[in-house]
Amino acid sequence: MGLAKRIIPCLDVDAGRVVKGVKFLDIRDAGDPVSVARGYNTAGADEITFLDITASSDNRDTMYHVVEQVASEVFIPLTVGGGIRAVSDVRRLLNAGADKVSINTAAVHNPELVQEASDKVGSQCIVVAIDSKCVSSPGEEPRWEIFTHGGRKPTGIDTIEWAVKMAEFGAGELLLTSMDRDGTKIGFDIGVTKAVSDAVEIPVIASGGVGELQHLVDGVNQGGADAVLAASIFHFGEYSIGEAKAFMQQQGIEVRL
Amino acid sequence: MQRIAVIDYGMGNLRSVSKAIECVADNAEVLVTSDAKLISTADRIVCPGQGAAADCMAALNDANLINTVQELIGTRPFLGICMGLQVLLTHSEENDGIDCMNVVPGQVKRFASPLLDTSGQRLKVPHMGWSPVAHSVAHPLWDNIADKARFYFAHSYYCAPDDQGSVVGQCEYGIEFAVAIAGQQLFACQFHPEKSAKDGLQLLRNFVAWNGKS
Repeated sequence: MGLAKRIIPCLDVDAGRVVKGVKFLDIRDAGDPVSVARGYNTAGADEITFLDITASSDNRDTMYHVVEQVASEVFIPLTVGGGIRAVSDVRRLLNAGADKVSINTAAVHNPELVQEASDKVGSQCIVVAIDSKCVSSPGEEPRWEIFTHGGRKPTGIDTIEWAVKMAEFGAGELLLTSMDRDGTKIGFDIGVTKAVSDAVEIPVIASGGVGELQHLVDGVNQGGADAVLAASIFHFGEYSIGEAKAFMQQQGIEVRL
Repeated sequence: MQRIAVIDYGMGNLRSVSKAIECVADNAEVLVTSDAKLISTADRIVCPGQGAAADCMAALNDANLINTVQELIGTRPFLGICMGLQVLLTHSEENDGIDCMNVVPGQVKRFASPLLDTSGQRLKVPHMGWSPVAHSVAHPLWDNIADKARFYFAHSYYCAPDDQGSVVGQCEYGIEFAVAIAGQQLFACQFHPEKSAKDGLQLLRNFVAWNGKS
């Protein structure tokens, strides 16, 4: 037995409420982050990721309160991302009870933030989220670049080079989302997952495109991912965490049961 | 009612630790504090910690807590978690080398790079996620926890105590290494019981009920 591959459900939180709906969990209020987190904990999730998509900065403080509540009741690792711009934001989230914070756009605009934050709180707390798109034409050697603002803004930065740089800057883990696959349900972009995973020593979480359980297996076995993140297949009850783990185990992947 | 002090030296996720203890200790007051007097009058002490070794040692020093911790270990049940284990050793390789508290003689070392498993596959560092913990010996803090139950880890450095007799739990990740050490009134672990779901809470429950003997 060795280290288990992790399954991480990801929840979008807007002004303190889970959005997009979470239907499978037997809970009264599917918008309450604490209830949802508790449900996923009971279901056997290995970690939970909250992505704060609150647009208005006025409502940002509600996220700290949400994290405090969840951390008071749910005793598995909690990652929080969205809107982190300074080391003080990182510290506040950790103090509220987050175990890791995920930095995305701010890392692109200010890579030193990753360095500064990992120096202060330790690499194991710093996840760098990378939104990547394939930019090569069919038939060409595949090439990927990172995008910000939900995949709308190109940066011209090569995904693999960026991943290596973020690892050097002290990221403890990379959350790699394929913007081409996000929401498509046709599976992870195995090419970029494998390329990033091979290029760095730190763990890589694959994200974007999961529609069926075989995709989770492919992300690990073909993409070399250390963890797989999914939202809709779990939220809408298509599959439970338990089913996903049982399937992965059948395919020879070590999971925590 | 017993009092449990969670040492607050400005490093790490103290809320999770204190809430997890409150969750399993009905009849206890859990104090998150940096006050040496409150710490030394508590019935039990928990020393969590995250971040870099040098920062943790500096923070403990700034809070004038190094002597307090050194003197209190052995006098009442003490639980070290993650960096709260590593700072107990003699020296850490982190931050180009830093002297630690030398309560448990030994070294804190970085995982090799590249780190390979027995079949030659590369392993990622940090060691992050759920790994099985083998009980090297029976211990009251393993009560009602299965041998090789999985606990949550997040670390790049590991402890190599001089005295293998102090090791009560081990893990294999590229190498076999100590993940739990114990002594008189002392238990310290590399993994995070406060983040290890049911088994982690059980370990904390065992600590809260522990008489300090092995």
